[in-house]
Amino acid sequence: MNFSFDTIWHNLPYLLAAARWTVIISVCGMAISLVWGTVLCATRLSANPFWRSAATLYISFFRGVPLLVQLLLFYYALPYVGLDLPAVEAAILATGMCSAAYTAEILRGALQSIPRGQTEAAYALGIPSFSLWRRILVPQAIRIGMPSLVNELILLVKVSSLASVVGISELTRIAQNITGETYRPLEIYITAAVIYFAINWILSISGRLIEKKLQIG
Amino acid sequence: METELFVRYGPALLYGFGITILCWLVGSIGGVIVGFLLACLNRWGPRFIGWVIYAYVEVIRGTPFMIQLFILYYGGPYIGLLLTPVQAGIISFIIYGSPYFAEIFRSGFNAIPKGQIEAARCVGLPESRILWRIILPQMLVPITAPLTNFFIILTKETAILSVVTVPELLFQTQTMAAETFTFVEPFLVLSLFYWLMVVVTGWIGARVEQRVTRHLKRA
Repeated sequence: MNFSFDTIWHNLPYLLAAARWTVIISVCGMAISLVWGTVLCATRLSANPFWRSAATLYISFFRGVPLLVQLLLFYYALPYVGLDLPAVEAAILATGMCSAAYTAEILRGALQSIPRGQTEAAYALGIPSFSLWRRILVPQAIRIGMPSLVNELILLVKVSSLASVVGISELTRIAQNITGETYRPLEIYITAAVIYFAINWILSISGRLIEKKLQIG
Repeated sequence: METELFVRYGPALLYGFGITILCWLVGSIGGVIVGFLLACLNRWGPRFIGWVIYAYVEVIRGTPFMIQLFILYYGGPYIGLLLTPVQAGIISFIIYGSPYFAEIFRSGFNAIPKGQIEAARCVGLPESRILWRIILPQMLVPITAPLTNFFIILTKETAILSVVTVPELLFQTQTMAAETFTFVEPFLVLSLFYWLMVVVTGWIGARVEQRVTRHLKRA
């Protein structure tokens, strides 16, 4: 069986159309992951033991249960408590909230590595706590945590393929369908891999640019 | 719920769990080692090696694990690389994990202020001592959490190995489900096993973190 570029050329429009859903789910999921992950991280580091243990529980649940199960729960179990989400929203929420648990841990690791002396010095100088976070802690934490964050966001893009179980025709599902029609798994899957790669490459390049921008010395 | 089922399929499930743990442990520890070497080469090696590593990281990180596994297991024989399923599983795990680990280690290297390394060079410490005594102990603080994250992610990626007939946990569970027409019991056990792995990994990660952040705590 020789490699058929014809098959690829023929099916590329369908794959690209499907990639749109992959992009939509992962971009919205990333937004939730970053915002909610920051909140979780702050909660986890808070002085109040109730909030701290609540955040720890959240993180261990969302890291411990496979995303597939979470996705099914969001789509099939939430309607029982009166929250009937459309498939795309359910997929975005599930991936975002799961990824937020990982993001929170990455940010916590990064924040903890900033020497305590800096915080103490800032207090001694009378810098208000908002400026301390905005100007001193967050920029450094982002710089330290950026490679791990990009890792996590790339995994999020790939994990969006699970959204097919709630009936979204994203890239992997369409690739499977086309393979079923054409019996050309190698060509189709390699094309799908190249599309995933293109999405992820954009992500990691932006990650490196941000890292460079925040570089010191 | 039929307990008699577990008596019959218990050994197979435990065997599958053993294979899962084997692939996961060997694969991810291998990935950590390769990732660390890549990060070191990237930092101290010549520039063109840096470019090769960059391409490796981007390509492996950017493509799905299942496709890499397919290419290694089904494409390998074309170039004379005949692997048993378990071997293919472990090797592809190392290949898949190493770029993520390399990136985590790179972030750790970047977290150390340059001044410290310059100071260490000025007092005449050799590069290897700088790495082990100055960079490593400090870089473990920011990277332990992401490392734990990724070990946990990898526990669940082992399920994908079942597509190349590695007799791991999911494979055994699917066999049991197909032979007995039960679905709740096998998959309940499956999630229990995965949950166990995740809890133990998370616990070890927390202990390691306590150990490496000890110097930051106030007496």
